[in-house]
Amino acid sequence: MDFLTILQILDSAVRLATPLLLACLAGLFSERAGIFDIGLEGKILASAFFSAGVAALTGSVWLGMFAGLGASLVFSAIHGLASITFRGNQLISGVALNFFASGITVLVGQAWFSLGGRTPSLEGAERFRPIELPLSEAIMPVPFAGPLYHDLISGHTLLVYVALLAVPASWWLLYRTRFGLRLRAVGENPAAVDTAGISVIKMRYAAMGIAGLLCGLAGVYLATGLAAGFVKEMSAGRGYIALAALIFAKWRPWQALGATMLFGLLEAIANRYQSIDLGSFVIPVQFMQALPYILTVLILAGFGGKAVGPRAGGEPYVKER
Amino acid sequence: MDKMPRWADIALIPLLNLAIAFALSGLVILAIGENPIEAVKMMVTGTLGSTYGWGYMLYYTTNFIFTGLAVSIAFQAAMFNIGGEGQAAIGGLGVALVCLYIPFPHWSVALLFAMAGAAVFGALWAAIPAYLQAKRGSHIVITTIMFNFIAASLLNYLLVNVMRPKGSMDPASARFPEATRLPTFQDMFSTADNVLFRGTPANVTFFIALIACVLVYFLMWRSRLGYEIRAFGKSPSASVFAGISPFKITMIAMLISGGLSGMMSINNTMGEGERLIMNSIEGAGFIGIAVALMGRNHPFGVLLAALLFGFLYQGGAELAFSMNIPRELVTVIQAFVIMFTGALDNMVRTPVERMFIRAAKRRES
Repeated sequence: MDFLTILQILDSAVRLATPLLLACLAGLFSERAGIFDIGLEGKILASAFFSAGVAALTGSVWLGMFAGLGASLVFSAIHGLASITFRGNQLISGVALNFFASGITVLVGQAWFSLGGRTPSLEGAERFRPIELPLSEAIMPVPFAGPLYHDLISGHTLLVYVALLAVPASWWLLYRTRFGLRLRAVGENPAAVDTAGISVIKMRYAAMGIAGLLCGLAGVYLATGLAAGFVKEMSAGRGYIALAALIFAKWRPWQALGATMLFGLLEAIANRYQSIDLGSFVIPVQFMQALPYILTVLILAGFGGKAVGPRAGGEPYVKER
Repeated sequence: MDKMPRWADIALIPLLNLAIAFALSGLVILAIGENPIEAVKMMVTGTLGSTYGWGYMLYYTTNFIFTGLAVSIAFQAAMFNIGGEGQAAIGGLGVALVCLYIPFPHWSVALLFAMAGAAVFGALWAAIPAYLQAKRGSHIVITTIMFNFIAASLLNYLLVNVMRPKGSMDPASARFPEATRLPTFQDMFSTADNVLFRGTPANVTFFIALIACVLVYFLMWRSRLGYEIRAFGKSPSASVFAGISPFKITMIAMLISGGLSGMMSINNTMGEGERLIMNSIEGAGFIGIAVALMGRNHPFGVLLAALLFGFLYQGGAELAFSMNIPRELVTVIQAFVIMFTGALDNMVRTPVERMFIRAAKRRES
């Protein structure tokens, strides 16, 4: 395997990891505030459809992006209503939202475009275009660093860089601001936060809002950056892989970057090679596809450090009378 | 009185929830520019108007009874088994191995062995998440989701690389021998001059599903083990105090749950497909969640809810065929049902409860 091939695989790993990373950070905010969110998958799918659909109708990827973010925020609001206001089961609400997304995207898609649930292919200004970073052509001749900069670091769409910047931003927000401290406290011990005179309900809704925005970006990137349009079920389990990455990262932002990059790399390798021949035995491609899930189960089972989520996760908060 | 009457709890609230779910579904049909009343008419005539419609509806119902019972038993032990999809898929593998590699003299013997194969494989696939939950505290929802994906990859590998007959391009197993063919409703109920259920997949498994409902009822409400499972689900700490082992209950409840999910595959793999194919479950494992929630975790409720979803599935296929409404409408209805009977239950329950209490107080004074 030569240097160029490695670069190509890494480049595709970064692209594939981007939606996972955005969704994983969305899950991070939600779960850190004590709300389980298995509805990530549905939010990605809804946002992917509405961003691609509106971009196709209006010819503007930016309007598409706002539509995608709007759809994801609506999903977050419903999840908040069910699990914060009405104290329902958060897991059941998430499952319901996932089904809602997978049905409604096809229904509306068929009504709008009559293409069996697809949107038309997006072209030109209907998509996010790759950004060439400055000097990328100029330093191309430099050995090693040139191709590395040109092929791997430069040439991604805007949302890839946004996703990468969201990691330090999330870290700063969660660990260096009062808001972040309160948000984490709401997920660990909501009663204590309530005693301090801060509204648990408001904090949790705020977390759901941030999660909605980040997950919305994941869907927007999927349909208008990574692909050129929406196809049925295009999220393809990414919301669940993001959830797996979140556990793998033990609910921390920098580790989330590492976990999603690892899962992106696995997907990139599985896409490129049908199976990997190690001489004495062959690793089938299906094993590579299952590896993120297997690793998550192992981590959950406590092999390689215990993964313990926020203590008040999944529990609706009931104010004492 | 500080509670509402029992009939309101078991009939009124679910019906109100269902009414909201259907009203919203009607609005969705309106929003995509179709007529909801026409759609309902089409679904009713397309499903209940012929034995053909019934044959498909009862075939789907059979699947949903198994997965609904599976989810309900886990729910009663306070666990959310979201892995029915994977357990059913692996159950299908058990069915295929039994049917392909054991020569059977008659379908009835084959059915008994296939049931055992399906249940054992499904139960084993549920056993790992159950063990990890009971011993290592891993959240069962996450592990069962992960096991759904792992099951899909495993089956993909086996069907492409191992079980596919030589020369075949299809990722599917070989066809099962003729002796394992289950009698369909057409075989059972048709007469020489009146063919009923023509070409539909409904088969003898439907009756096995009905028997399963009865057995689950006796297990959960008439046996010591069922009492222990329900007690554990209501209050794990109190049941530990009463000498119930959490490890034992978690394992047993999940083994039964996985076994029931797996048994779904005698219907679709042995009864309908007559070979193991990829994605044979088609979401029935997830529909079990809606069915269990709507059926209030009671076998009779599960049966009614499974009939409703069987109706919706066949009706949805009719709609896709004759109106411009994709099959995915059923997925949306399913989402509304799960949302309103599951997560948003309190939205309806609290005001109704208040109403009853106020009425009772007025009567007293």
